Amino acid sequence: MSKRVGVEVSIAAADAVGLCDVDVVAAYPITPQTHIVEHLSELVAEGHLDAEFVPVESEHSAMSACIGSSAAGARTFTSTCSQGYALMSELCYIASSLRLPIVMAVANRALSAPISIWNDHADLMYARDSGWIQVIGENGQEIVDLTIAAFRIAEDPKVLLPVQVNLDGFTLSHMIEPIMMPDKKEVKKFLPPYKPQLRLDPANPVTLGPVGMPDVYTEARKAQDEALKSSKAEIVKVFNEFGKQFGRKYNLIETYKSEDAETIIVTMGSISQTAMTAVDAMRDKGKKVGVVRIRVFRPFPADEFFAAIKGAKNLVILDRVTSFTGGYISGPVCLEIKSILYDRKHYPKIGNFLAGLGGRDVTDQNFVEMVDKVAASKDGGVPLAYEFINVRE
Amino acid sequence: MGIAAEALKNFKGFNLKNMPEVEPVSPGHRACQGCGEVLALRQAMKALGTNVVVCSATGCMEIITSPFPQTAWRVPWLHVAFENAAAVAAGVESAYKAMNRKGIIKSPDTVFVAYGGDGATADIGLQALSGALERGHNFIYMCFDNEAYMNTGVQRSSSTPFGAQTTTSPPGKMSKGQATQKKNLPEIAVAHGTPYVATACPAFPVDLMNKVKKASLVPGPAYIHIYSPCPTGWRCGIEESVEMARLAVQSKVFPLYEVIDGVYYLSRKVAKPKPVAEYFKPQRRFRHLTEADVQQIQARTDAEYDRLVAKCVVEVKEKKEKE
Repeated sequence: MSKRVGVEVSIAAADAVGLCDVDVVAAYPITPQTHIVEHLSELVAEGHLDAEFVPVESEHSAMSACIGSSAAGARTFTSTCSQGYALMSELCYIASSLRLPIVMAVANRALSAPISIWNDHADLMYARDSGWIQVIGENGQEIVDLTIAAFRIAEDPKVLLPVQVNLDGFTLSHMIEPIMMPDKKEVKKFLPPYKPQLRLDPANPVTLGPVGMPDVYTEARKAQDEALKSSKAEIVKVFNEFGKQFGRKYNLIETYKSEDAETIIVTMGSISQTAMTAVDAMRDKGKKVGVVRIRVFRPFPADEFFAAIKGAKNLVILDRVTSFTGGYISGPVCLEIKSILYDRKHYPKIGNFLAGLGGRDVTDQNFVEMVDKVAASKDGGVPLAYEFINVRE
Repeated sequence: MGIAAEALKNFKGFNLKNMPEVEPVSPGHRACQGCGEVLALRQAMKALGTNVVVCSATGCMEIITSPFPQTAWRVPWLHVAFENAAAVAAGVESAYKAMNRKGIIKSPDTVFVAYGGDGATADIGLQALSGALERGHNFIYMCFDNEAYMNTGVQRSSSTPFGAQTTTSPPGKMSKGQATQKKNLPEIAVAHGTPYVATACPAFPVDLMNKVKKASLVPGPAYIHIYSPCPTGWRCGIEESVEMARLAVQSKVFPLYEVIDGVYYLSRKVAKPKPVAEYFKPQRRFRHLTEADVQQIQARTDAEYDRLVAKCVVEVKEKKEKE
């Protein structure tokens, strides 16, 4: 039986990749992802992990090498964030369209300019339309577990899509947390060897990445969309099996004191812990407040999300990115939610807050203010499409 | 003896009597008439056979061979993007290395090839190529150099020769066409300590095939720069592309040589060189150049050739190769 040990989340994430017995890691260093790839190269150097560590010359080549590796049939991992993601993004779109089950940890960081190494979700949202499955962890244990589950989800013959495991840069990646590392034998049982449907094999030649003329392109895109759509059921299945085997059950949407809540705070990632602390304090004062956390952003679990929030009168929706709509359209998370609510003809009051940009702290008190603001607003919620939190005017 | 020389010491090459019949690139592709590039690709792939994985950059050789649901490829082939064929091949090679070691596959002799045009190699893909050469992956990179971005409509690249007309280096009152000298890619490959570097062209198919075969036998990276005439972009006759490749060699514009473990060998000494003007004449991309311009280019061509010859420690005696 494994026990909880205090370990830095990045190190634990790399150890989880090691437990999955990957064949190839191709990566380029970028703060705050560095500890993940450093530790992986150490595992390889010490002989603890039998893999090729390819120290590529850029993130663009990192994802290129991952595509080559995965197409050759190898279990493949990389990690990046921010500008690194931006540089490799061209290939990320191709990786998902080629249906390659690459797993990538993204230590979420703001985008330039000004250059900022600190945490927000700009890279996560940059990747939103890339066709990857996106999962977001709240704490170290979750990052370890989601990483192991990610390979199983990605390699499922019904899915065959790459998976991004998002962890907040510094605020999660560099924390030392008590983490229970799964037993290697147990992981092996949970995650069988990767059996590719097609691979680059001279005994069985295939042409991958051909030209798609207008008469086939739409069909290719639809097929890929169907794969992402149907991946939701497989993700749930994998989460359930993970729960059975390891005793930690994960859902697409996580709730905290939301059942009777009048106001629900919608979050993603490690900031949810602050939100829960704020909720406890507000509950003590008699405010009916709860948290709904999105763990899987792509495919977006619309029904599960709606079920979690439909009793609430007010929604406080956090966006940890600026999407530059000119002030007229909400941030990306809020936009998803408004679309879901419109389809279901359900109109709670909504406040969309851009918070925690480029490493700016978001405090318990901030959550109290956001909750009060939406609760006090007229029908339709806060009049602005979105508001910046903690900004000096 | 260096690693490449060691690997090649018992090399028995192809000749006109032992040409392999295998055609990894099948006929029926969509190349333009007279395409010198697909001819070179065919020769190169014949030399390599079928135990090979090919990574293609975006470009002519990609689009003409792979319009879904058809393919001209009888060997595994992967196209990802324009600028990353070398990095993709690095990934394939690393995967094979790990999976062979771990007993997942048994394929120790598979050869890994990346190829791209001159734009994909000299411009947008230079960084990925440099990285893959520096890391020492066991793969062959082939640059099919037709001296411009032909696939997008003949725009200049850094491999376009001085004076050439392209759609983005047009001659005019203020311009003589391409204003810069051709980037020397084989030298860049040599500077990486690449064990095997060679130049080749499809007018000398036995030489080309032997160089590609040698590249596959050398452990570590190999770089082959293949001169690939493009009648469409060079604006010469479609029946003239092999002749253009031959004239490029005979006029010293494109010398054939090998660099084995950093040691230069001239493959074919040009004893009685033809004037550059003779090579230029059938190509309308040079038509606007004045006699003085051509003389200037001739002088530079001679000087470049002399510099190369000075580097060659061994000159292979003139071969008689029937084309």
